[in-house]
Amino acid sequence: MVEFVDIALLVLLGITAFSILRQKNLFAAVMMAGIYSLLSAGLFVVMDAVDVAFTEAAVGAGISTILMLGTLALVGHSEHQPQHRPILPLFVVILTGAVLVYGTLDIPQFGDASNPAHHHVAPHYLEESEHEIGIPNVVTSVLASYRGYDTMGETTVIFAALVGVLLLLSLGPRPRRVVSNGQRISDTDSGKPVSEGGVEEAQEDTLQISPEEKTLGDTNG
Amino acid sequence: MDDRVILRVGAKILIPFILVFALYVQFHGDYGPGGGFQAGVIFAAGFVLYALIYGLENVKKVLPPQAVYICSALGVLLYAGVGYVTMALGGNFLDYGVLAHDPEHGQHYGILLVELGVLITVFGVMVAVFYAFAGRRRADT
Amino acid sequence: MTALGLFNYWAVIFLMMVGFYTLIARGNLVKKIIGLNIFQTSVFILYITMGKITGGTAPIFVEGGEDVIYSNPIPHVLILTAIVVGVATSAVGLSLVIRIKEAFGTIEEDEIQDESL
Repeated sequence: MVEFVDIALLVLLGITAFSILRQKNLFAAVMMAGIYSLLSAGLFVVMDAVDVAFTEAAVGAGISTILMLGTLALVGHSEHQPQHRPILPLFVVILTGAVLVYGTLDIPQFGDASNPAHHHVAPHYLEESEHEIGIPNVVTSVLASYRGYDTMGETTVIFAALVGVLLLLSLGPRPRRVVSNGQRISDTDSGKPVSEGGVEEAQEDTLQISPEEKTLGDTNG
Repeated sequence: MDDRVILRVGAKILIPFILVFALYVQFHGDYGPGGGFQAGVIFAAGFVLYALIYGLENVKKVLPPQAVYICSALGVLLYAGVGYVTMALGGNFLDYGVLAHDPEHGQHYGILLVELGVLITVFGVMVAVFYAFAGRRRADT
Repeated sequence: MTALGLFNYWAVIFLMMVGFYTLIARGNLVKKIIGLNIFQTSVFILYITMGKITGGTAPIFVEGGEDVIYSNPIPHVLILTAIVVGVATSAVGLSLVIRIKEAFGTIEEDEIQDESL
């Protein structure tokens, strides 16, 4: 029964991933990425990883989709056909896939209890953590206590990512606009919400092109 | 936005439950699935839902951006602070056993504090990233 | 049994290659980030697959369960943190896309290349 659910979910994941690849409308692709996350959360429940499933459902299907939609509201949602032919990437992908499939032939079978992954510290965590830590959820005791350094590093990475986002979006130079005649003008107020930002307002307060922004665009040539 | 009565009323009913559920996930994480990462994301989702329905200005009155930035740094500080406290009490860095007379209780307190730090950081970062994306204007004409 | 025992790994490889193809063959930057997310989730599935033991249950102790088999908790811990870090790094990628749109007026790779020549 578990195998049946497992295979059904994996097939659905494959179909969803393939239709994301084929989809030209980015809004539809983002919504399907949400479905993909939810399906993988279901798969994690089948694989006994309830904590991971919980996180994937909250993060992948929730916050991640919101961020993608927020981006699409700013950058537009149509995808152009790429100019180059897909033969070279297809060749690379098929070759890599074939090598990986060859590599799986030596991997221990799915669900095998004699898998080497289950033999080093995992039995210690499962047998001793009830006495050493005293809480029933082994994932929490490994996460917060045995591997506390690791989790502290992850927390710091999340904080660093926020600093990166704020540097890129809140504190950097003001956004420039490409107006109809192709000339770039600088914007005076970047802190307004998406819904209120109008074209007329931007053209009213056209001031001047700030010199450092002009060079930023031109040095790429 | 004014005519979307079902969304406005529904969200008003749902949001308190979302926030309480996040706290349940946080403090029940020792006994069932859950913990700081999930709770932080769910807590942030409550505020994101409020922002989506009532607008970004209104949620910024409840939760100013400055407070969110302070939250995201505070969580990391709390986490590392627990490590330094255990060092000051004579243990290793993040060795919670020294926090109480009984090492098992010490582990309990340590995990609780550390998970709280994770909750605060994840919540702060998720809301702050949402503010940064939603507060941006569309660049093209 | 052999085919079923490796089916999970092959499905993971298929998902991984779909994500990889989206990443290298599509020109749209948002599409590339979605492809990267597909790739990332396939790696998560690979790790969780390795932690599963047939007949096991979630690694949360049950009252009086002496002979219960628990699945391996270590991959769960690794992936749990990786998911949250993954969304934080995707947010950095998406904000770079927004800045590229503001600087070049497009998020298509070919057009950005044409403009910067």
